[in-house]
Amino acid sequence: MILQRSDSMPKPKVDKELLIRVAQNARLNLSKKEIDVFLPQFKAVLESFSKIDSLDVENEEPSFQPLPVKNVFREDKAEKSLTQEEALSNTKHKKDGYFKGPKVVSE
Amino acid sequence: MNAIEFAKAVQNGNVSVLEHAHKIVSEIEKKNKKFSHFNSFEKNYVIAQAEQLEKEIKKGKKGKLLGVPISIKDCICVKGIESRAGSKILSGYKPVFDATAVEKAKKEGAIILGKTAQDEFGFGTFSVNTADKIPLNPLDEERSCGGSSGGAAGFTALTENTHLAMAESTGGSIACPASFCGVSSITPTYGLVSRYGLMDYANSLDKIGSMGKTMEEASLLLEVISGKDLKDSTSLDFSWKNVKSTKPKIGLPKELFSVIKDEKLKEIVRKKIDRAEQLGAKIEEVSLPLNTEYGISAYYLIAMTEASTNLAKYCGMRYGFEEKLEGTFNEYFSKVRSSAFGEEAKRRILLGTFARMSGFRDAYYLRAMKARTKLIKEYKTAFKKVDFLAFPAMPVIAPKFSEIKKLSPLQHYQMDLCTVSANLCGFPHATINAGSLKEMPVGLMLVGDHLKDSELVSFASQLEGLK
Repeated sequence: MILQRSDSMPKPKVDKELLIRVAQNARLNLSKKEIDVFLPQFKAVLESFSKIDSLDVENEEPSFQPLPVKNVFREDKAEKSLTQEEALSNTKHKKDGYFKGPKVVSE
Repeated sequence: MNAIEFAKAVQNGNVSVLEHAHKIVSEIEKKNKKFSHFNSFEKNYVIAQAEQLEKEIKKGKKGKLLGVPISIKDCICVKGIESRAGSKILSGYKPVFDATAVEKAKKEGAIILGKTAQDEFGFGTFSVNTADKIPLNPLDEERSCGGSSGGAAGFTALTENTHLAMAESTGGSIACPASFCGVSSITPTYGLVSRYGLMDYANSLDKIGSMGKTMEEASLLLEVISGKDLKDSTSLDFSWKNVKSTKPKIGLPKELFSVIKDEKLKEIVRKKIDRAEQLGAKIEEVSLPLNTEYGISAYYLIAMTEASTNLAKYCGMRYGFEEKLEGTFNEYFSKVRSSAFGEEAKRRILLGTFARMSGFRDAYYLRAMKARTKLIKEYKTAFKKVDFLAFPAMPVIAPKFSEIKKLSPLQHYQMDLCTVSANLCGFPHATINAGSLKEMPVGLMLVGDHLKDSELVSFASQLEGLK
């Protein structure tokens, strides 16, 4: 796995090790079968997208939105929001009016 | 009866809202088992709305969509109705609020029918990447409705009753299915319709739009749902005014035409465009080489990167699919996500996560954002010469499911050749039917400059009417 920082498209070695690392970052457990399927597809897609490397964008500003977006401020006043009951209505993992989640610290 | 005449007839007391609601409910109950255009549909929910509306009409309620049944793409939140964007990870989720677009439609008297089938979170061109049943094209059941708003287009083509569809496009998810099913569609300028209550695929690309059997009907729904919304900071301060397009200049992007291989399909589209001369339109070739060459790469890099961050919030807590609470945070989240996301969602999460990882972000994501600037400039140069661009909406007719199975993920993405650029750059586009090839519809796509939505719809509607 070669990691390099560059403003042109890097050419990383896409291998099993990189795919598993990406999957861990994305909180996905991949089965062996999924790795076998995704790995060649991952390579093919990245190779195709690297076409964009040949486009000269040196003097361009990025367009994070397709149309210019201005900062939008509104008066800081309280408005109607979800009730606690509404917010909790879509889960069975709740206790004493709070969401219940998995353990943060392992024992 | 078309939706505009229908709403007027309801207002004048010439049509019964309840009677029509019963008719369309019976139709869905009869046909949905076969065609699977709806993911969520409850008869009682629809009839209750119709009964309530009749009472309100008696008290003087008015509205542009009075009694008009509207289907809603699954990724747009409807209060109290299971809304899961075609994904298992949102199974059981019933929003406690309406999307702004839904709220606006309801205020004008629309009746919400249910949620239409789609690719999971919009990840697809054929509506086959779904946790639900795959919607079938009503014109040939062995073929796809297109995607990702497949159920919306399929039902619009299928229904014998008055109906409009609220759909959504990120990279062509309205234009593609409308083209494959032979219905009319509008994807507005980015920001024209509030995204509040739309389940994000890619924030800088997502747009809610409309479909109908005619452009005039699709336009009615868009007019109602457009406008500034304080709940969406990217929504534009725009009030819809009907502007008639007269004697426009039409540009044919020569590079795009040259990469589409099907000569017969191009001929059908070209013949339809030529009819615009009857409206006094001038037709000329234009050049958009960068959009044709780099549109797909720039679009998918941005779309996958934004999708991977948007989907990070789905973790089996607070709403949607849940497992027994076991293990640490990371173990639990990984377990839920691994079992509830479909294959294409995982593929896009992986590619998007990779493209924004330290060391690669500048080279992929940022570079794609800079490429977008360049592609917008190229469009703007073309719009100095012409009012609208015209070309086939899709390079093929609706493929058979047996053909789709043979496509690799990359071949899937390349099918979006015609639709991605306008979506990437936020330009409004409309599709109308141009004719048939092998008894399947061929769509014509028209693109206008930012905020020229009304002019575009006017021209598309006039051209649609020319035989």
